[in-house]
Amino acid sequence: MFPRPIEHSAPPARIAYQVALPIALVLWLLPLIGVALTSVRPSGDLAAGNYFGWPSAIAFSNYAEVFQNSPIGQYILNSFRVTIPTVIGAVAISTMTGFALGIYQFRSNIPIFFMFVAGNFVPFQILMVPVRDMTVSMGLYNTTTGLVLFHIAFQSGFCTLFMRNFIRSLPRELIEAARVEGVAEWKIFIHIVLPLMRPAIAALSVLVFTFIWNDYFWATVLTTSATTQPVTAGLYSLNGQWIASWHLVSAGSIVAAMPPVLMFFLMQRHFIAGLTLGATKG
Amino acid sequence: MAIADVSISATPAPQRSWWRRNQQRLTPWLFLLPGMAMFLVYVIWPIFESFWLSFYDWDGLGEKVWLGWGNYAELFDDDAFYTSLWNNVLWLVLYLLAVPAGLAIAIFLNQNVFGIRLYKSLFFFPFVISQVVVGLMFSWFYAPNFGLFYKLIEWLTGTGVAVLADPELVTYGIIAAGLWPQIAYCMILYLTGLNNVSPDQVEAARLDGARGLRMLWYVILPQLRPATFIAVVVTVIGALRSFDLVSIMTDGGPFGSSRVLSFYMYEQALSEYGYRMGYGAAIAVILFLIMMIFISGFIWKMVRDEREGY
Amino acid sequence: MNIVVKSAALGLAVSTLMASTAIAQQRTLKYYADFDPAPLAAFEAVIADFEAANPDIDVVLQNFDHEGYKTAIRNFLTADAPDLANWYAGNRMAPFVNSGQFQDVSDVWEEHNLHESLASAAPSMTIDGKQWGVPYTYYQWGIYYNKSVYEQVGVDVPETWDEFVSNCEKFKAAGIDCLTTGTKALWPGAGIFDYLNLRTNGYEFHMALTSGEVAWTDDRVKATFAEWGKLVEPGYITANHAALDWQDAASLLIQGKAANYVMGNFAVAVFKDGGMTDDTLGFMPFPTINPDVARAEEAPTDTVHIPAGAKNVDDAKKFLAFLATADVQTKLNEALGQLPINKDSSVADDPFIKAGFELLSTTPGGIAQFFDRDAPAEMAKIGMEGFQQFMVQPGQIDNILERLEKARQRIYK
Repeated sequence: MFPRPIEHSAPPARIAYQVALPIALVLWLLPLIGVALTSVRPSGDLAAGNYFGWPSAIAFSNYAEVFQNSPIGQYILNSFRVTIPTVIGAVAISTMTGFALGIYQFRSNIPIFFMFVAGNFVPFQILMVPVRDMTVSMGLYNTTTGLVLFHIAFQSGFCTLFMRNFIRSLPRELIEAARVEGVAEWKIFIHIVLPLMRPAIAALSVLVFTFIWNDYFWATVLTTSATTQPVTAGLYSLNGQWIASWHLVSAGSIVAAMPPVLMFFLMQRHFIAGLTLGATKG
Repeated sequence: MAIADVSISATPAPQRSWWRRNQQRLTPWLFLLPGMAMFLVYVIWPIFESFWLSFYDWDGLGEKVWLGWGNYAELFDDDAFYTSLWNNVLWLVLYLLAVPAGLAIAIFLNQNVFGIRLYKSLFFFPFVISQVVVGLMFSWFYAPNFGLFYKLIEWLTGTGVAVLADPELVTYGIIAAGLWPQIAYCMILYLTGLNNVSPDQVEAARLDGARGLRMLWYVILPQLRPATFIAVVVTVIGALRSFDLVSIMTDGGPFGSSRVLSFYMYEQALSEYGYRMGYGAAIAVILFLIMMIFISGFIWKMVRDEREGY
Repeated sequence: MNIVVKSAALGLAVSTLMASTAIAQQRTLKYYADFDPAPLAAFEAVIADFEAANPDIDVVLQNFDHEGYKTAIRNFLTADAPDLANWYAGNRMAPFVNSGQFQDVSDVWEEHNLHESLASAAPSMTIDGKQWGVPYTYYQWGIYYNKSVYEQVGVDVPETWDEFVSNCEKFKAAGIDCLTTGTKALWPGAGIFDYLNLRTNGYEFHMALTSGEVAWTDDRVKATFAEWGKLVEPGYITANHAALDWQDAASLLIQGKAANYVMGNFAVAVFKDGGMTDDTLGFMPFPTINPDVARAEEAPTDTVHIPAGAKNVDDAKKFLAFLATADVQTKLNEALGQLPINKDSSVADDPFIKAGFELLSTTPGGIAQFFDRDAPAEMAKIGMEGFQQFMVQPGQIDNILERLEKARQRIYK
């Protein structure tokens, strides 16, 4: 193990480490802690210049105000309406492409695989104008469907990379055995491969959920109004309205950050497994 | 199963055997069809369309006018373009600090004391939060007159620094905000990597008297190479994609000093004051070509590994 | 997949249901706007009155963030047009008129005799001899100041630029920003430029400059910046203005940390929200720089238009006619704290509105819209960045003007 386990060190070093941990954490999360505290600070404190002192009261009413006087509830709902179908679509599609590229050997396998991988790295801006035009001409501009379709297509790049590598690591003997038995290929997919892919599907779902929830660029390019905008783009508009009302901006930010944070804490194992796939073997 | 069997046996024998003979060849294509179709339509084709658009003058409303290399000629004579390009270089270089910083935190946290799992998750926290929220947090952090950072500098030096109003500092301020989640990402990659470092090798090196930095450099880092590769890839891509933070924190200002290519492209093509789709496409093409240098490098390495892996 | 199909089907069913009930009872009028909270309330009252007068029409107002709207409009006009949309008069509406995104509403003007009642704004609503929208409000710009700090420092309200500048020295000595502004969104800086240029070179020159007929490297432009430099170089302007929104700068004035603010009258609501009263908040016309130049003012006009893609044009025109009437404009502008366009409307009993009315109705020089409405959008952006940069790096003036000149030669073909 590296570095040398601290419990093998002398007691002063151990104590120093135990003390350093929380201090480092507080420094590391300072902007977050500041915003969290501001979000429960009464607006009167801010007006009076009490930005960092002890709040005069804990004002959860800031959160109530955010929900009552702004469409943030609608924004959050829109985010779910974009994120959930995208997760389902992208995971479904990439399970199939991953199966095709991971199991079968054919001449264009590697080129197709790397088309997905390379496409996943391109800058969004090179797609922006054509994708926007296409969405407009399909009548899907400023709809969640337009956003979902693009996200599914784009995410299928990363997801295919992920699924294909996962399927590669499965034992091939099972599939060979099934083929000898004469099982149809699609049944191999449904009955043999799919059940083995559960952990990959879970990991990928959590990751895609976070990516899409946090997307801001496409939300600004493809949606304009509060009835369709996801919470990232919505927060930007609200920031324009809430100038100098940092207690509201902070509360709104915390609300917008909540779903992916909850997702992360509930599904931490899958999340990290997904993110670090490939970080251990190469 | 039963239904499928019935339907298969109901079909005439020759057809069935044709499918039987060819299904191993055809199945992958059927499975690839939806994914490839969407990817071609939404990702591959638009790349070519942007190349094509970059030769036109188009405001998104009227007729397209052929300009040839006109947009590019203008771009290479545009100060704002060079400012953006320079800022992209800054982003690229400074963003890579996330890799060693992530490693340092990972080493710091790679212990087995009580509650360390929770510490690891909390250190990873910034990566889960949207960049919009990160941008707002740092705007508040840097805010003139009352921001935490401003106050801190004021307390140390007597005069506060309004980072986001200063044309010299603004890009560094935004990059610092961007590093926060990126360091967290690199940290988690290295934590996973450290978990898989072979204990035997470490023990053997220890018996040979290797310690501290020598141990890190000669024994640990070579074993962390896959994690480093991924960390570098995601960081380079992240640096060149930087858009959200610039848009949220400064809108490219003051007077364009914090623009990067991705933001300048958006500004020219879709913002309040510009609807120059062709010019925007030309900027996007340049950004794409820069990105291609890196993408080709990554792909080349991955293809090589792939060949070896067979 | 199944879920997607189901929800799509459900969505279709619901929208069909809604559409059919709407047809049965009411016609919908979709209206996109960019009101700040106070004007929004005023407009909601107008809409309620309109709906009361026309029970068969249901106005669905969708409000956007003010700054975000300016980007959004380009998108929704082509992709998802409402029946009514807010915008601005003058050159600012030219790109939408020229590209056919706004409808000609000359017939509304004819039918309701708006040429007479809205005469003062008719030129700024006319392109190619046709009218493209209906104006409902305008408001003066000028200098809002904190009376208390004037007393505290012991200086008089200036009439001339020299007096203004010499006051600044005293404010600075007292640790007060003489002039505050917040240029994060760029446009507040343009107000300062407009007035300096109007006072130095006059209305005709200013309009020639914004329509691209004069070079930015012209000596007369440099003269304007030289006047501006008298405030920038000694540090009389709020230091971190580039990171401040206009409301942040307003707080500085409210708190007495700044003395003067070049702003539009809409800012009065913010000053008063912050606790200022008619006793502490003052308004003065921008001081005279060159006495030989006729006094010109800045008064942007806000308007409503019918997009080319509107589905319910008839009712949209009904709404425009309603909005143009004297009574509606009186009531609306009373709530907005601004000036009505209709000559038969009455002006609210408020010192700032009265001052503005006085200022604008007696102007000998002319009324400009605003830099980002008089100049084409691209030029406005580059210009306002230049103004912001000048207030941070006055030494760069030659580079700035050369950059603007290069942009002028490209933009005005």
